[in-house]
Amino acid sequence: MRKRFLLSITISIGFVVCASMAEAGQLRLVQPDLPPGADASYVAPRTPDGQPDLQGFWTNATYTPLQRSEDVSAEFYTPEEYFEMLSGRVDREEAQTVPGTTGDVHYDFTQFGLDNSQSTLSLNLRTSLIVDPPNGRLPDRVDGQGGGGRGRNRETQYDQVQNMPIGSRCIIMGGAGPPLMDAGYNSNYQIVQSPGYVTILTEMIHDARIIPLSDGPAAPEELRQWVGLSRGHWEGETLIVETSNFNGGRPFQGAGENRHVTETFTRLSDDHIDYRFTVEDETVWNRNWTASAPLARTVGPIFEFACHETNYGIANILSGARQEEREAAEAEQN
Amino acid sequence: MQTRFVAVAIILAFATVSAAQTPETYTAARAPDGMPDLNGIWQAINTANWNVEAHSAAPGPMFELGAAYAVPGGFGVVDGGTIPYQPWALEQRDENFENRMALDPEVKCYLPGVPRATYQPFPFQILQSQQHVMIVHEFAGAVRTIYMEDHVEFPAPSWMGWSNGTWEGETLVVDTTGFNGNAWFDRAGNFFSDTLHVVERFTARSPETLTYEVTIEDPAVFTRPWTMTMPLYRRAEQNLQLTEFRCVEYSEELLYGDLRKPGTPAPPR
Repeated sequence: MRKRFLLSITISIGFVVCASMAEAGQLRLVQPDLPPGADASYVAPRTPDGQPDLQGFWTNATYTPLQRSEDVSAEFYTPEEYFEMLSGRVDREEAQTVPGTTGDVHYDFTQFGLDNSQSTLSLNLRTSLIVDPPNGRLPDRVDGQGGGGRGRNRETQYDQVQNMPIGSRCIIMGGAGPPLMDAGYNSNYQIVQSPGYVTILTEMIHDARIIPLSDGPAAPEELRQWVGLSRGHWEGETLIVETSNFNGGRPFQGAGENRHVTETFTRLSDDHIDYRFTVEDETVWNRNWTASAPLARTVGPIFEFACHETNYGIANILSGARQEEREAAEAEQN
Repeated sequence: MQTRFVAVAIILAFATVSAAQTPETYTAARAPDGMPDLNGIWQAINTANWNVEAHSAAPGPMFELGAAYAVPGGFGVVDGGTIPYQPWALEQRDENFENRMALDPEVKCYLPGVPRATYQPFPFQILQSQQHVMIVHEFAGAVRTIYMEDHVEFPAPSWMGWSNGTWEGETLVVDTTGFNGNAWFDRAGNFFSDTLHVVERFTARSPETLTYEVTIEDPAVFTRPWTMTMPLYRRAEQNLQLTEFRCVEYSEELLYGDLRKPGTPAPPR
């Protein structure tokens, strides 16, 4: 009962924010005619070394899907439609808290306030994060297959730890990027700027990406990383970050070691950063694609996320799989 | 008479503090916010991660690794030579050493804790902003956020602890509590508990070196507070960046290899 009350408050606040933003004509994040850095009305404060100040705690938690649903043609929801969509998602999360549903017996995000409906949301009227291609969907793949990523081999994923998803193994999670993407929960970031660097700390899993703001020789081809190697520079109010040298172990929407990601960060108000990214990989898609996933200010601090240290799930899952195999073998013998 | 005594005491106190805080009379360059500029990539060059106490060279823990991973000797970094353990804790340390391959959190790629992260044989980067000083370690991507404003007590225990920082003249003083007590000091089994309180002092002694002084207080394990001192060296390579040492994947075979499905080939080394 109390949870429902809290959720209704959350919705009310969300609605008020939506409505007041619409009234004030401040839905700038979702206006298609606003390229990064084009808002002359807001000038970010400066750090002591003169960089536009992006510092603070931010979230990209959103219910907006990366790709536009096949049955939606509009680029934007109306505020009413958006509220309806939010309500539906919140209701679904709330339903998980009811005893007897599947959600309450295994991994209940809502119990610990981890679900998006109990977190700060990055409001965004877009019907998809993808803004280009204009249909809001991933471009065609050069191999003629569907636009999305390929799933792992589920038949063998519990044969050994190395076959399991890298998030489950606590190696890296989706939020860290690049590009920065809603991680499902704890989609929180801290940006810290020091002379010559912008550092993005992703809560999941204490992942700090230190972005040098200097020219230098290209990174050696042989040096490959899960998060690639990033380098940034300022163009006016916009931080532009280029990343390549991915190791291919962590495909993003099907793109591996050949992908190149360009991110732009533009502070649009005290509480918003316009964040866009473009992904290029001609070995996967027949064209580049771009998404807009704005960052909204949230409250800090970010606490230590130690994942691997108490990752009992791995041993439990693998032990369970071996036990099932033993039982199946015994049943076959009898 | 009393006044004279107080004056002498103040002078003595000042002299003691000066000697401890500024081993050499060096004034660091200033960061754009006016604070001493400690930004950069730093690394300890010593054998403290093998053993913070003095130790002779020795074979490594696994003979298969031969000379490549044998233990280099060292003079130790503990001021006064030995750690003032309570008797039970000394026995525990020796037991830890005997079982170090099974118990050392570093072997499992667990977060290294403080102060060990500072003198592991990996670089770390200091990133100064006005509100936060971040220390990012290459090992396991361990991160420390040092709160320079809005100091609060730690909200919950953690591996890397909760750090509040202040500037005392040339020195960055970091006060850290809130440890979960699971990390170690080194590969020799030296350890602490969840009542650990660490005070670190980072002071530039030249453009290329820092003096790192650590005071360790843990009444559950030691008979008195004790200190370690060591220089930290700037990594001077041009265009150097911290690289990933996402070591979870290097520990998985050790931790979970015995749970592989029979007949499944292990990944190639």
